[in-house]
Amino acid sequence: MNKKQKKMLARIVLSALLMIALQFVPVDGVSRFLLYLVPYILVGYDILIKAVKGIKNKQVFDENFLMAVATLGAMALAVSDNGDYTEAIAVMLFYQTGEWFQGYAVGKSRRNISELMDIRPDYANIEQDGQFMRVDPDEVAVGTVIFVQPGEKVPLDGVVVEGCSTLNTSALTGESVPRDISQGEEIISGCINMTGLLKIRTTKEFEESTVSKILDLVENASSRKSRSEAFISRFARVYTPIVCYSALALAVLPPLVRMYFWGLPPVWGEWVYRALTFLVISCPCALVISIPLSFFAGIGGASRAGVLIKGSNYLETLAKTQSIVFDKTGTLTEGVFEVNAIHHNVIDDKKLLEYAALAESASSHPISKSLRKAYGKVVDRGRVTNIQEVGGNGVIALVDGVQVAAGNAKLMKRLHISYIDCHQVGTIVHMAVNGVYAGHIVIADIVKPASKPAIAALRREGVRSVVMLTGDSYKVANQVAVSLGMDAVYAELLPADKVKKVEELLLKKASGSTLAFVGDGINDAPVLSRADIGIAMGAMGSDAAIEAADVVLMDDDPMKISTAVRIARKCMAIVHENIVFSIGIKVVCLVLGALGLANMWLAIFADVGVMILAVFNAMRALFVRKYTEQSGVDQQKNVSLRSA
Amino acid sequence: MKKSYKIDVDCANCANKMEDAAKKTTGVKNAAVNFMTLKMRVEFEEGQDAGVVMQEVVKNCKKVDDDCEIFL
Repeated sequence: MNKKQKKMLARIVLSALLMIALQFVPVDGVSRFLLYLVPYILVGYDILIKAVKGIKNKQVFDENFLMAVATLGAMALAVSDNGDYTEAIAVMLFYQTGEWFQGYAVGKSRRNISELMDIRPDYANIEQDGQFMRVDPDEVAVGTVIFVQPGEKVPLDGVVVEGCSTLNTSALTGESVPRDISQGEEIISGCINMTGLLKIRTTKEFEESTVSKILDLVENASSRKSRSEAFISRFARVYTPIVCYSALALAVLPPLVRMYFWGLPPVWGEWVYRALTFLVISCPCALVISIPLSFFAGIGGASRAGVLIKGSNYLETLAKTQSIVFDKTGTLTEGVFEVNAIHHNVIDDKKLLEYAALAESASSHPISKSLRKAYGKVVDRGRVTNIQEVGGNGVIALVDGVQVAAGNAKLMKRLHISYIDCHQVGTIVHMAVNGVYAGHIVIADIVKPASKPAIAALRREGVRSVVMLTGDSYKVANQVAVSLGMDAVYAELLPADKVKKVEELLLKKASGSTLAFVGDGINDAPVLSRADIGIAMGAMGSDAAIEAADVVLMDDDPMKISTAVRIARKCMAIVHENIVFSIGIKVVCLVLGALGLANMWLAIFADVGVMILAVFNAMRALFVRKYTEQSGVDQQKNVSLRSA
Repeated sequence: MKKSYKIDVDCANCANKMEDAAKKTTGVKNAAVNFMTLKMRVEFEEGQDAGVVMQEVVKNCKKVDDDCEIFL
């Protein structure tokens, strides 16, 4: 609670107590009016002032005006009629309570979100003249060595030059499993160093660092308005004047009709009362507050799950997604080459890998790297002699005095060794030990373990078609597509072809639905911007992609795509619920009010009650359930239970 | 030129009103109010003095929502 809210609460409580106390004071006439005026002014003076200022600034029709007219009218009626001033005071009281509550709820959720998004580093540690110094991250030049102690945030992007540690990336990615980092690896700002001291050489300025980019994205998310929001502002613009004139008509026309056409007494008081009730009910607070709030909570909830949505319009588009087009490399697959299989080997797998890793130890080719990675141990170069690189074919070397040949089919042919072709796709390293064929090693880009469940999850979310585009060969593409259960696959595409393919798919999709493209960012920027909604994976991907994308997934877990769709659908459902619920209740109450079936008490309950419910409903968008493979099934059960 | 200002505003709709008011101010190319982070981002037109334009923005915002605050 801030100072303003405390003051308001005090005013509300005091005024309520005064009003109750006055029930027991037996006074009449002018003194009664003046006494009751005290709690009324106490609770509502700011509304009256705002209403007057609104009129002065030509912003007549707002909720302050509605409330001022309604309560002043009720006061006037009470003077001439029965002297029951409580109604006017109560209306003001309830209205202010509602406003207070709403301010409180919004403040609380704002704090929740900003705490979650509290990734801005306050300082960086540098060493100067042998001493640690804390400096503003803004002032650190590229190439400076900074120190990050356990428990501190990494302030700038860089490369670890010394030390190893575990990183908590949950604020960035929503991923709670800590990540290990060691010397030579790239580190991104915004992570929290958990265990050991890290020495980092910065590679980017603060403005260009991941953490700045993310904060920038989140802070500017609301600049793009959704259609629902635009609808609400348009609605509020026409609604309030219409209601005001209707109320005026309700106060004036029926009595005139009664008087001149039916010859009945006009009962002015009754109709003015009905008109005032009508005004109180009509206050569009629930709507104009809860819709932006729902989006604000939805975007907040999403960023907490590691999904950055650049604006509420994208939340709306994302919710309608029925076709998803994936880029293959780096999105569905790891994008790095790994030993996938070993076939037809006569010696032990490990031994074969050891020979391969040692023979290739002098090479820096990606294939040799993946062989060494699969071997897993430190390569002792001393065991390798007579290394003979055969350009474009492979390598022949003596490992522990044994002749090892590792390379492609050409190398085997050259050495006149018969080899067995591989049925699997990827890069094949044939091995020969002492001139005898010893099997082959398959190295390929492996499919991410999360890809298959991610696609299954998307289908559960109601995505109809899942398509894969790739620049890779048909053979590789087909294998991946079949294993993941894609609906269609288009291979051997150049970046420009990808745009064309997406355009074709855009023409084919069902009207009213949207098409999302998911890429890791390398060469994807044009496609990302061409699709209805572009989803870029891995904030560590290319900057151009993040710029072009509408939704950015902080890590490269494909599971996050279904999370994003789910959040968007939930948020839109809440928005629609609130629109229908608020307008529905309003219309019913307005009719009741016009017919004289609702008094002002019911009116204010309808107004404040609906608003509180709508605000509560909006806050639901903030909460995102973790979506894991295991819970997928349970959640489906929940859904079907609920719908039953 | 773009600048970001801290603001204080009570409700989401008032934030929208402020945004509209800021956008209509002469010298402002574009403006966005983020209710979530309580920030206003203003893009000024070429050759405009941000300080002078912002005075007008504050005035216009006060007109639509008396309670709002922009911390210059």
